[in-house]
Amino acid sequence: MKLLFPIVAIAMVSAIVQNFAPWWSIAIVAFILSYLLRLKPGLAFLAAFLGVFILWAGVAARLDFGNDHILSQRIAMLFPLQGSYWLLLLLTGVIGGLVSGFAGLSGALLRKQ
Amino acid sequence: MRFIGFSLSLAATIGLIYVLNHPLGPAPALGRFFDPYSGFWQNAENTSHYHDIDLQMNGLHDKVEVYFDDRMVPHIFAQNDEDLFFMQGYITAKNRLWQMEVQTHSAAGRVSEIAGEKALAKDRLSRRIGLGYGAENSKAFIEKDAQSNDLVRAYCAGVNAYIKSLSPKDYPLEYKLLGYAPEEWTPLKVALLLKNMANMLSVYEFDIENTNFVSKFGADQFHYIYPERDSFTDYIIPRGTPWAFAGDSAPDGPEALPAGLKVANVDRDLYESYDRAIEKPQELNGSNNWAVSGSKTKSGKPLLCNDPHLQLNLPSIWYEMHLSSPSMNVYGATLPGAPCVISGWNDSIAWGVTNGGRDVRDWFTVQFKDDTHNEYLLDSQWVKTEKRIERFKVKGGKDFVDTVLYTRFGPIVFDQSYGDVKSKKYLSLKWTAHEGSNEFKTFYLLNKGNNYDNYLDALNNYSCPTQNFVFASRSGDIAIKEQGTHPLTHEFVADGSTSASDWHRIIPNAHNPTVKNPERGFVSSANQFPVDETYPYPITHVGIYENPRAMRINHLLSDSQKMDVAYMQHMQRDNYNTIASLTLPTLLRVIDRSKLTADEVEAITALDKWDYYDNADSKTTVYYEAWTDVLYPLLWDEMGDPTLPMRKPNTYRTAYFLRDDSTSTFYDNLQTGERETRDMIVLMSFDKAMKQLKDKYGSLDKVKDWGSYKATMVHHLSPQLDAFSRMNVYCGGNRGIVNATSHDHGPSWRMIVDFGEMKGYCLYPGGESGNPGSKFYDNMVDTWAKGDYYVAKFEPKAQLDRDKLYKITFNK
Repeated sequence: MKLLFPIVAIAMVSAIVQNFAPWWSIAIVAFILSYLLRLKPGLAFLAAFLGVFILWAGVAARLDFGNDHILSQRIAMLFPLQGSYWLLLLLTGVIGGLVSGFAGLSGALLRKQ
Repeated sequence: MRFIGFSLSLAATIGLIYVLNHPLGPAPALGRFFDPYSGFWQNAENTSHYHDIDLQMNGLHDKVEVYFDDRMVPHIFAQNDEDLFFMQGYITAKNRLWQMEVQTHSAAGRVSEIAGEKALAKDRLSRRIGLGYGAENSKAFIEKDAQSNDLVRAYCAGVNAYIKSLSPKDYPLEYKLLGYAPEEWTPLKVALLLKNMANMLSVYEFDIENTNFVSKFGADQFHYIYPERDSFTDYIIPRGTPWAFAGDSAPDGPEALPAGLKVANVDRDLYESYDRAIEKPQELNGSNNWAVSGSKTKSGKPLLCNDPHLQLNLPSIWYEMHLSSPSMNVYGATLPGAPCVISGWNDSIAWGVTNGGRDVRDWFTVQFKDDTHNEYLLDSQWVKTEKRIERFKVKGGKDFVDTVLYTRFGPIVFDQSYGDVKSKKYLSLKWTAHEGSNEFKTFYLLNKGNNYDNYLDALNNYSCPTQNFVFASRSGDIAIKEQGTHPLTHEFVADGSTSASDWHRIIPNAHNPTVKNPERGFVSSANQFPVDETYPYPITHVGIYENPRAMRINHLLSDSQKMDVAYMQHMQRDNYNTIASLTLPTLLRVIDRSKLTADEVEAITALDKWDYYDNADSKTTVYYEAWTDVLYPLLWDEMGDPTLPMRKPNTYRTAYFLRDDSTSTFYDNLQTGERETRDMIVLMSFDKAMKQLKDKYGSLDKVKDWGSYKATMVHHLSPQLDAFSRMNVYCGGNRGIVNATSHDHGPSWRMIVDFGEMKGYCLYPGGESGNPGSKFYDNMVDTWAKGDYYVAKFEPKAQLDRDKLYKITFNK
């Protein structure tokens, strides 16, 4: 519960903000929520990482399965991930998750000062 | 301590965002690119949900309905022509925007704006050969014709309406990969597209190569190696067809070699730059078209076929469309970025094109007064040079400014500022593509045309690149005409110091080669020599014309009565290798089997029994193709010096050379100490080729079949993007064959129109969508490779409403 609520909060607010703001707005969301929710640094990183990991990989997966993996397999040749859409979805989640995670950590550390 | 922790974490966050928000070398900005809300994932098109859409569209005069069929081919129904072309622009942009823009950027010399410094040399070349200059002239020329101007502007407005509807998340994938945005579409870009075609198709000129050859080997060898005519008789215009205008113009004899024109007139560093920069067309690229009169078809109505052969790319050079308004109802292949159908049919007529390949440009020697290049010598006087300032925006760098010198005889392509040239000698390029012209009018009038007279009238507007327009009408006429602006050009580098060298005679359109309803019951063209020796104008010819496909096509058309669509399909996928049938018997005669290893004897035995078909499942074809691929460069090695470019005779000419001449000095290989003969070169090449095959496959019996060996590819327009390409497409054919599908070149559009059933059969190696994230990106490639076809849904609205995938209604 301690982890679930911040994950859901960060994912949902990020989802709303991303509809009109650029991609790095996820960092601001995680920073502010971690600060406001008074999360401990370790928890903040984890919750923020997982929140956006799930959001990004989830949104991407919905598009990808609706597309029969046509695009993801091509992009996964380009990058190169042996054409695996699973690895591409994982990478998508990790990129968003890391940005959000570090921003969440920063928000929590600011509170601890 | 705590402050340090926070600072480090914040710095890491900001650093991470910074890195992910900027491109990393060739990779895009990863954060932006992977963001599923605006990055590449947004281009993953849903493959199953299609529903009808109603849209409000500013700029329309009336309602327009667009039906998309099961191959995503758009069928546009408009109430007037302006709306029709507006919507053609809109729908084409919706599917092919990036391709449209990159092709015009290439012609305009603007690729460095997206690719940076590395594209600058090529961009400068595009401008130095005058493509942008020619496009500006064409734009001004089109503006003078009110109707064309309105239609071109309507098309551009449609493209721009689509561009304005986009937010960055909707941009085509390539914009996201390269990190830039689409710009406004303009009439200049429409003109640039045509100049792009001219640059692909009207460069069949070898003045510099011919001059070098004569300088090195003499005029006798020149006429011997490149004979004007051989035993070939399958001209586009059937032999013996009388010329209605005979006597109008006195025939010129073959061009006399300009006195004193020697290698020394031009410095070798200039030639080396020329050889490196100017891409010469590969030999035997090929395109076919033909029409069969009702007297030779099963239905009693004409059949018309066209398969223009070009570089195989994704997105494809063609976009299939059905355009309908009260004034026209037309179907066929369009050129993304330009209005009208280029190769297609309507309710009354059908037409198609092959490249004419006429020589429409010349190189002239130019002498400047001094290093300021302000004046050049013409008719013993110093004449002022025009200087055109070309400015290049370079991504990640400073703007570059180039000055191109224009003379009476066109722009100076190479000088001390471009192409490592130290020479103070100069060559200028004069080219019909520099002139303003309005080719769209031709296609617009064809799109609306009803009969033979409309066809001839339409063609009168057509200038460059020269095309053989085949024609058939529902009422039963067939015809063909080689149309373009044809000045009497030079065969060698010409003297630019005298106006006497200029193009004083241009063949009138009415005198371009044409024939209507010939007695033999068919017309055809396959890039061969157009006319017999009675044509009253000279035609420069060296290395330009491709005859073997025409021999095969005319044979197949003469041989058969009661032809039908199935026979037309059989012809378009015909893999008979005419050149092999002319070459191989000579080669086999030379081989002494007693000197070969057991597996080599097996290869020779297979070749002996070979039926000359380059079919995908044939191994024997690989032995032949690998052998001759080694033979030709060994034989014509005298012409491999980059400081003295020359045109190697094509494989068709080489077949006769091998057969008829066993002792020519050209057989001597310059790399060896001894003097080779034909037989020695044939043996050397066989040994070398078999060794290469053994090295590649382990042994000769493990050699793969031709389809696997040739590994045809349909590559993305960007050479780096293998991931968006179709590699190893398994199919037969090769250069010089009716199905001229080589490694990367082939039938870019296959079309058969049957006036008996009023049906069209067509496809191209690609798909209607330019989006690599669409299932319609490459869905036709496999059907194409198999040699199958789709029946075009050239149907009325009510039928399309039943057959559609979905429909968009645009309301004004």
